[in-house]
Amino acid sequence: MAEIITKATRVSFGEALSELADTNPNIIVLDADLAAATNTAIFKKAHPERFFDCGIAEANMVGVAAGLATAGKIPVAASFAMFATGRAFEQIRNSVAYPNLNVKIAGSHAGISTGEDGATHQCLEDIGIMRTIPGMVVLNPADHWEMKAATKAALEYQGPVYIRLGRLAVDSFNDPETYKFELGKGITLREGADITVIATGLCVLESLKAVDELRKEGKSVRLINIHTIKPIDRELVIKAAKETGRIITVEEHNVIGGLGDAVCEVTSSECPVPVRRIGVYDQFGYSGPAKELLDIFGLTAPNIKKVILEELDKK
Amino acid sequence: MNQSDKRMLEILACKARMGAIIGTFHAKSGHPGGSLSAADMFTYLYFKEMNVDPSNPQWADRDRFVLSKGHCCPSLYAVLALKGYFDWKELESLRHVGAMLQGHPDMKGTPGIDMSSGSLGQGVSAACGMALAAKLDQKDYRVYTVLGDGECEEGEVWEAAMFAGHHNLDNLTVIVDCNGLQIDGTTEEVGGVEPLDTKFEAFGLDTVIIDGHDFDQIEDALNQAKKSDKPFAIIMKTVKGKGVSFMENQVGWHGKATNAEEFKIAMAELEKQLAELEA
Repeated sequence: MAEIITKATRVSFGEALSELADTNPNIIVLDADLAAATNTAIFKKAHPERFFDCGIAEANMVGVAAGLATAGKIPVAASFAMFATGRAFEQIRNSVAYPNLNVKIAGSHAGISTGEDGATHQCLEDIGIMRTIPGMVVLNPADHWEMKAATKAALEYQGPVYIRLGRLAVDSFNDPETYKFELGKGITLREGADITVIATGLCVLESLKAVDELRKEGKSVRLINIHTIKPIDRELVIKAAKETGRIITVEEHNVIGGLGDAVCEVTSSECPVPVRRIGVYDQFGYSGPAKELLDIFGLTAPNIKKVILEELDKK
Repeated sequence: MNQSDKRMLEILACKARMGAIIGTFHAKSGHPGGSLSAADMFTYLYFKEMNVDPSNPQWADRDRFVLSKGHCCPSLYAVLALKGYFDWKELESLRHVGAMLQGHPDMKGTPGIDMSSGSLGQGVSAACGMALAAKLDQKDYRVYTVLGDGECEEGEVWEAAMFAGHHNLDNLTVIVDCNGLQIDGTTEEVGGVEPLDTKFEAFGLDTVIIDGHDFDQIEDALNQAKKSDKPFAIIMKTVKGKGVSFMENQVGWHGKATNAEEFKIAMAELEKQLAELEA
């Protein structure tokens, strides 16, 4: 078993950016007065000449990134998920995605686990918003190792990418010796025949805990980690639907527009099976410690286990 | 500027105006008013000012142009056609299904378009990014962008102006086409955007106010921009619909094409102007 690294994916992201820039002079990082929080400050320290603080002006930041990309740069524009994808949505759509420019948007402090800052900062819509834009790749890595690999893949990919970063420190569960990231490919973490859990982001580890407990109890539960929500791994989803007949999705996002919907879009046309979506049920969050909120909103192992059992009973 | 150069520019600008009328007539839609007010500036930029090569539109060291007021592309398209980026006949399929010339500029499909634009306020930010890229690469190309005065009601314009001033993008020239009219009325009635010169100055740009239909003043302003050690804003006073008598200063011609009869009258006026210039 690999060593467990407890680290927020935003930190892993900042480290990866900085390391990748050591050998790629075209990487430019923009932030909107949140470098210390998004962890682009790590890049700033190592590569100050390629870091530009745009001030609290996300719309302009994304436009500047688009302009840099037209000249062959690989700009990464970072802010909180709420402001990057919300405030600057239309700049991302019209100035980045429509001309298919090579801009990477990084949204930190995504989801309910932003915690004490409360509803205005707990972005539960970013995946949905970004997913509706033609050509946009949407990534939501789950742990330290996956974030490092995803950041590398995002920067090597030619075209617009949205990458979701978390505030809360999370335990790693991947083994760097064997872990392989492939853009657009889901990862089957546990094989199983009776039901499939498809999770993303920090919900993957919680789902893993729930699934492993159930496996000990003799249940045959499959677990898939979807780090690339768009383009989603259709083949893997269809296979799971066909082979297990029932799916549960788990995400730290509004159930409208996120991973659950992305899975349903595939199953409804290719292999209709019941899909139960665990997420935030079309409501705003509120202030509180991240871990408590995750429990309250049912995004941790106990509730995931409970829902799996409920769904298994329906078979 | 010598008289023959000025005459050449006036002839080209008149043809650009014709192109804008032809394009919008065939499209049965589009924005002739602002296309006509900015036509002289577009003509000067592409025929006297910018270091570009129509046979190599992606040339890495070229000067860049961003039409932040993207809806005024009909006359820009005409100027690009005159410059040799594509065939003049393309203007007749403006806004048609499958056409190269989209209703707003599309950098992926149209040679000579350096940035897709059309959503107001966004082009000027992209121009800032281009100017920053030139600095990072230690290249001496310059970046030009044309905004509308109504467009300056967008907050992003001022975010971009602050960025340009803060990072001292002295290779950036921001040109505001002040024709005084927007869809819902005069800029004074609708948004209260003036005074623009002191606003841009406050954000750290050098500023000059000129007559945007006077090629001597355009040349002088663009030369000042090159000499300035700050980003530069040219506030150009223009007449919306310039060159077609029934469109001049008429708010209704912001976003409406001529019908067959109006088309004939407009083209006759412009042909008469052209004949006089060529005489």
